[in-house]
Amino acid sequence: MRVVLAEDLALLRDGLIRILEAHDFDVVEAVDNGPSLVRALSDHRPDVAVVDVRLPPTFTDEGLRAAIDARSQVPGLPILVLSQYVEQLYARELLADRAGGVGYLLKDRVSNVSQFIDAVRQVAGGGTAMDPEVVGQLLNRRAGDAPVASLTPREREVLSLMAEGRSNAAIAARMFISEKAVGKHTNSIFTRLGLPPSEDDNRRVLAVLAYLNN
Amino acid sequence: MKGKPGRVAQVGYAVGLTGLAVVGLVLFVLEVTSISIIVLTIGIPLTAGCFFLTRRFAGLHRRWAARQLGTPIVSPYRPVPQRNPLGRLWTRTRDPATWRDLLWLALNSTFGLAFWVVGILEALLDLVFWWLPQHVFAGLNARLARALLAPTKRAVLASRVEELAASRAESVDTQAAEIRRIERDLHDGAQARLAALGMTLGLADELLARDPEAARALLAEARTASGEALAELRELVRGIHPPVLADRGLGGAIEALALLLPIPVELDVRIPRRLSAPVESAVYFAVAEGLANVVKHSGAASAGVRAVHEGDLLTVEVRDDGGGGAAFDRGTGLRGIQRRLSAFDGKLFVSSPEGGPTVLSLELPCASSLPKTSRSCATD
Repeated sequence: MRVVLAEDLALLRDGLIRILEAHDFDVVEAVDNGPSLVRALSDHRPDVAVVDVRLPPTFTDEGLRAAIDARSQVPGLPILVLSQYVEQLYARELLADRAGGVGYLLKDRVSNVSQFIDAVRQVAGGGTAMDPEVVGQLLNRRAGDAPVASLTPREREVLSLMAEGRSNAAIAARMFISEKAVGKHTNSIFTRLGLPPSEDDNRRVLAVLAYLNN
Repeated sequence: MKGKPGRVAQVGYAVGLTGLAVVGLVLFVLEVTSISIIVLTIGIPLTAGCFFLTRRFAGLHRRWAARQLGTPIVSPYRPVPQRNPLGRLWTRTRDPATWRDLLWLALNSTFGLAFWVVGILEALLDLVFWWLPQHVFAGLNARLARALLAPTKRAVLASRVEELAASRAESVDTQAAEIRRIERDLHDGAQARLAALGMTLGLADELLARDPEAARALLAEARTASGEALAELRELVRGIHPPVLADRGLGGAIEALALLLPIPVELDVRIPRRLSAPVESAVYFAVAEGLANVVKHSGAASAGVRAVHEGDLLTVEVRDDGGGGAAFDRGTGLRGIQRRLSAFDGKLFVSSPEGGPTVLSLELPCASSLPKTSRSCATD
């Protein structure tokens, strides 16, 4: 799988390259600033891009803007955004096109290598991977609203994991329940939130995030 | 300020102020006499009384002249410390404004009186010949009052210097306290965690050959510890300068704040250009504190933030429909906001009657490209 990487700190860039290459990703180009990222994305059309939010020359949200720009030109271009902090505002902007193939994770999550690699694959496959902190804040924000408040604690847990981009199988393994039980929970969640049921993992996640972000 | 008095009112003012000019003459004579007998004990209370009356008398004319000229005239007096009556009298005696008052009193009761006598005639004529230039003599009197009753440039500068010295001292204190807090947080938090992390890793290294299972457990522990250290640093950075503020400026950062609130927040943000970083930061933390109070104390079902930068003024308003009762003396949050804003000549107002609603509003003068002694908050 071909990856474009954008990270300005050499220490982290090398670490990310090492992790990605150890898991059979082909890092076709690693850049350290915004303009190079824009060029690399259009040159290589990678299967997935891993992008740091803050990049030179402005040292603001250059990486995020480049990612959103690139996705407006190539809809659904899979991009996983990494950051030292998560902002609800940025999550909303990334999800706004509802095309999927988008991720937004804290850099801390990279330390759990297998989960990070899962997230990269998920995004490359057109899925969604949202940081648990984003999901937690969204749920918190809607905690008082009638439909979210009516969810059982178990269902809230399933909803959080689902919004982070995990498949039913992964959720089942994590919660020590059967996949069938997860399916039952998700159906119940969709009914309570008034969302149309869907078999497609990604559409499901987007529906939930759109609902929470509303 | 009310508008310029109408033509009929001008006649009233002319007659009334002519009478007052005569009263002023009496006051002048009384004051001069009192001062000249100040060595006698009776002169002291008499002088104090005269000063008091003169100030009231001058204040009345100040308000009238401001209305007539359409420009505000602020009170020029130095602040009087709450000491004994003799101390107050001494302060007033040393205040140049007192003597300018006296000079004005003399002029107003002589030249001013003469102007007024013509002024009455003119005001009456104006009622008939409305196309003629109006109220020349009333204007002359108003200018006389402004010339002597408004603070001198020097007095304005002196009080500005005092204000600046006070706000600078406060800024320096606040900054030093902030730096101490950050140092402590780093020392007790992330630094300690990283040290512990190093120890855990060292131990894991040692155990790797002998007891791989135990080493693995230690490594997992180390990973958790690194996550905690990062989370702590993130919180600290947010408290110093939130990244979203650097990225998106005040407007975007307020939007990001609103997204974190568990209740709906109505936004009206109109800030067309970036403000200077210190101003953005001070206003951001003011809004953050305001919204945090909404969540913690008000019990509100909804809130709103309005932030508008228009002309030379940045106005921000945080309101909620909660229970009210917020006040400066409850907790240090609002005080802290006020301190931070004072460095930019910002003002904070709180309206929070019992039963609500609460409105926190702040105003910041924002003229661009002025020297640093004046009020400037835009980027260069």
